[in-house]
Amino acid sequence: MNKIVSLFCGIIFGIGLVISEMINPAKVLGFLNLFGEWDPSLAFVMIGALVVSTPLFHLFKNKEKPIFSSSFSISNKKEIDKKLIIGSILFGAGWGLVGLCPGPAIASIALLNMSSVTFVIAMFVGFYIAKLS
Amino acid sequence: MNIVNFTPVSALTGGLLIGLSVILFFILNGRMTGISGIASNFLISKDNRIDNLLFLVGLIFGPLIYSYFTSQKIEISITNSLFLLIGGGLLVGLGTKISGGCTSGHGISGISRFSLRSIIATMTFMIVGILTVLITNIL
Repeated sequence: MNKIVSLFCGIIFGIGLVISEMINPAKVLGFLNLFGEWDPSLAFVMIGALVVSTPLFHLFKNKEKPIFSSSFSISNKKEIDKKLIIGSILFGAGWGLVGLCPGPAIASIALLNMSSVTFVIAMFVGFYIAKLS
Repeated sequence: MNIVNFTPVSALTGGLLIGLSVILFFILNGRMTGISGIASNFLISKDNRIDNLLFLVGLIFGPLIYSYFTSQKIEISITNSLFLLIGGGLLVGLGTKISGGCTSGHGISGISRFSLRSIIATMTFMIVGILTVLITNIL
């Protein structure tokens, strides 16, 4: 059953990216262009998502277990270390250059856009290099 | 600052759906969604590999299903050179793997949990993203 849930959640997430237009890097770059022609839409996407996920997360986090799995798996990392900051800086730079982050990049494979496919391949190479180091 | 192309209703609607996906994945499967984690673990870890693959397949099928039922063509615009596409992709892959999350993992799942790590990560990548666009516009 949790296989079907994974597929279903992926589909809902992908549709959310299309409706919010976050699948379009030009829209994301509009948000990051704070000091120019600014498009605040991305902030509203995050607000919409957080309004749903935050209260329900805190309502369900103390349940014994999830419905289709034996236990919850939540990151217990707390420390603010160099890796967190350096990684976020590298990610922010790549995000600002192209306007794609992992979700929209993968969802946009559906459109068979060669630029986004190239980006996704490079991103997977990046995952692999980070894993080696 | 000059506000342009602002689409609050579709942004909020899409955001609600993303939030719904995140919370269902948590309540039903017990996992907090982070696309960089799902994608990179699919590549390098045997744990939950089929689940991760199915999520990614769903993520790709979502836009196709939307297009099919609404008969709307999805338009995206990417104007970068090949060099910048590869550089940007490498930076996003490296950075999200090193920091343990992206816009969804830190920005939505992490902030939902009130994780200080994720709040700091989100502020950092947003500020760097904004500075990168500022510098790109000047050059």
